Amino acid sequence: MAAEPVRGASRARGFLGRLRAGDQVASLITATFAASVLLLAALLVFELFRGSALTRDKFGWAFLFTGIWDPVAGEFGALPFIYGTVVTSALALAMAVPLGLGAAIFLSELAPPRISDALTFVIELLAAVPSVIYGLLGVFVLVPLMRQVGAPYGVGVFTAAVVLAVMILPFIVSISREALLAVPREQREAALALGATRWESTWQVVVPYARLGIFGSVFLALARALGETMAVTMVIGNDPKIHASLLAPGYSIAAVIANEFTEATADLHLSALIELGLVLFLLTILLNGVARLLILGTTRRGTAQ
Amino acid sequence: MRLALSLLALLVPLSAQTLVNGAGATFPYPIYSKWFDEYHKLHPDVQINYQSIGSGGGIRQLEAGTVDFGASDQPMNQEQLAKSKIKPLHFPTVLGAVVATYNLPGLSRELNFTPDALAGIFLGKIRKWNDPALARANPGVPLPSSDIMLVHRSDGSGTTFIWTDYLSKTSPEWKSQVGSGTSVNWPAGLGAKGNEGVAGMVKQTPYSLGYVELIYALQNKMAYGLVRNAAGKFVKPDLASVTAAAAAAGMPDDFRVSITNAPGKDAYPISSFTWLLIPSQIQDSAKKKILVDFLRWMLGPGQKMTEPLSYAPLPQRVVAKELKAIAAVQ
Amino acid sequence: MSRRRFVNALMFGITGLCALLTVSVLFFILGYLLWYGGRSLSWSFLTQLPKPPGEAGGGMANAIVGTGKLLLLTTLIGVPVGFVAGVYLSEFGSGSFPAVVRYTADLLNGVPSIVVGIFAYALVVVPMRHFSALAGAVALSLMVIPITMRTTEQFLRAVPQSLREAALALGASKWQTVATVVIPAGFRGILTGTILGVARVAGETAPLLFTSFGNQYWSSGFNQPTASLPVMIFTFAVSPYDDWHRQAWAAGLVLLALMLTANVAARLVLSPKVAQNG
Repeated sequence: MAAEPVRGASRARGFLGRLRAGDQVASLITATFAASVLLLAALLVFELFRGSALTRDKFGWAFLFTGIWDPVAGEFGALPFIYGTVVTSALALAMAVPLGLGAAIFLSELAPPRISDALTFVIELLAAVPSVIYGLLGVFVLVPLMRQVGAPYGVGVFTAAVVLAVMILPFIVSISREALLAVPREQREAALALGATRWESTWQVVVPYARLGIFGSVFLALARALGETMAVTMVIGNDPKIHASLLAPGYSIAAVIANEFTEATADLHLSALIELGLVLFLLTILLNGVARLLILGTTRRGTAQ
Repeated sequence: MRLALSLLALLVPLSAQTLVNGAGATFPYPIYSKWFDEYHKLHPDVQINYQSIGSGGGIRQLEAGTVDFGASDQPMNQEQLAKSKIKPLHFPTVLGAVVATYNLPGLSRELNFTPDALAGIFLGKIRKWNDPALARANPGVPLPSSDIMLVHRSDGSGTTFIWTDYLSKTSPEWKSQVGSGTSVNWPAGLGAKGNEGVAGMVKQTPYSLGYVELIYALQNKMAYGLVRNAAGKFVKPDLASVTAAAAAAGMPDDFRVSITNAPGKDAYPISSFTWLLIPSQIQDSAKKKILVDFLRWMLGPGQKMTEPLSYAPLPQRVVAKELKAIAAVQ
Repeated sequence: MSRRRFVNALMFGITGLCALLTVSVLFFILGYLLWYGGRSLSWSFLTQLPKPPGEAGGGMANAIVGTGKLLLLTTLIGVPVGFVAGVYLSEFGSGSFPAVVRYTADLLNGVPSIVVGIFAYALVVVPMRHFSALAGAVALSLMVIPITMRTTEQFLRAVPQSLREAALALGASKWQTVATVVIPAGFRGILTGTILGVARVAGETAPLLFTSFGNQYWSSGFNQPTASLPVMIFTFAVSPYDDWHRQAWAAGLVLLALMLTANVAARLVLSPKVAQNG
């Protein structure tokens, strides 16, 4: 058998030939599986739209801005849940980003490679801890602690934010560290050559250079925090109202769906819950999209890993 | 290879047992759980799997057909029945009491609650434990000046229905502002999931107040208060006062009745029946046989198991009426 | 100058502290679970069924087996789909279709787990008219497919082109090349990534709430509702019963032990040099 370039051979053999060779079949089969992914995603979006049709027709855009959640009267508004979701996530970011970025800087700039790898390995294991276990620790450890520190209920928006912060920490550390490591050595050396201290070189040159990747990690962490269900449900207090105090209970989109979905007897109630799911879905897609763009930007610019 | 085979064996259904699935109220969960456990011991080939997800959940999943029977502390109303495809039959099972449970550190006395005080607390108008409305009913008791940490249900609950039904009957302000139902727009407080969740939250939060079925307060050694009934007397919730509340009530043919705020000087005003919702037509004959047999057992030996768990057994006349009504299950 | 050196030392000290704090969180979690969970872990916990509330004792044997069953089903349903789709993207794809598929998979990956639960409920539970382990597995599969797909594509792409060309030069057809040369070459990485992916969904609770539901007994086959570790932890943790709290800790320990073992084993033993973003 003489060696043949593949493409020329395929064309030369004709359709039956290709079929016999099985390539066409293989291509078709694998493409079908890939298409099934598309089908599933499309079905998901379709179901979300269909299930929320009742409330979308009845309330329109006002659904997003109304603050009442009254199943008895049939009045539904997403505002308290959007508030709870956004505030807990924003607070979580405010706590996790400085901590995570600091850790990432240490791991990429200062720690010797072996120690850096070992510590990063351990930190990434945090991402493997299931959500319900964070919830368990939240209920039995954090909530009593919060009661001592000033939140009378113990559960609340701030408590949920703390739990979320711990959960998104490994993402920020891991991805920021990668972004920082991708910064070319020349940048650091140039700064040092100009007389900067290690810190000045890091903070004023390396970090800005890696900022796309770092922002990417922040967006990714945010997207995760928004959709987090179990840990938040267990410590947020389940109160569909907006309170002035951060120590007061609140509610998030994911938590209310988890609590009320199996029981919504009225069609309108069910539709409202599914519409909340749709809102969350769209928000997460948007953030994930931005995150991917930002992270992609870094890895293209930096040196090959 | 052997490992793979035995793993796959996990997936093969064992045909010896029949599984009947039910879901619904958390109010009677302790007694239902006991009943299904005992029934399984008597009939090892029958497994009745009951998940307590709240009365609202029970009704909804029954309507969706994803469970074989439901359980609810709120009887379905006319509108729900009209829309229902299943047209479930209501079978009362036990009588229970919804109590005001609280956590006041250092205070082990039983507090008295008037209907106005309860309405005021749940409306958010009465914020502190030493409010005059509470102090008046509890002379001489050192009530703290702390805020009342209010807990209600976050899920669709028949227990909520019983509680809000009572408040609606005794407080016109509550009725117009909030109303009654399994899920209401609470003016104050935070939500916990299930009777279990409310009990858990109150137990762990000092100065908190919530409403739970009596057995949850008893099992967790939590304090609960007396409530003033329609006859003006402060009554402690227990088997006798719950039975007294049921004694005065008539029982319609479809068994849907509310006994909150019952007349009678010894009646506990926040009492209620709780119901099993059985579809009027059951296709699967094996499951139908099991459910019918269980109902009969429940109305006989089952009723003897209620008292240790602090539920009151059904009045004799109700039992007799139900035994006749079982024939309606097709 | 010394002030700048001071700032230098200070800031690096602070970042070191950040790293230390972050790492210590994991040990903190482990410690708590080992302490509280370890005390409640017993042979009866691992082998008995749950008892009615208020009665002491009982265990979570059915939940442990239930989680195992769900994972087995998920691996049978979701992993092949993700794997073959990944093969397509890496080996057979052309034009813009692969890009669309990749984007859609990213979309699916980002769906909050509770929304996946709603979808699986509508897709499987409602038409079948009962809750089941199968429905739970479908929900988990929806989450595992994008992960497996990306992992497969990533490790197949990493296989050097020279291997493919050598096989083709010897007269193999494309699919023969893929099946007998490329896939085995990337197998290690794919296996690692898949184990990590399945482990990740093993801990998910939200999608199971409306699909596999719950069961106090052994569930037989895949067509019945089943107990699972994450759902039991959730139910027991928010209850008022102290005995249930103890069991929740023990279950948490079991679940965490499974997750960490899978993760550590996959990363260390199978692929020491695998990139950690898989």
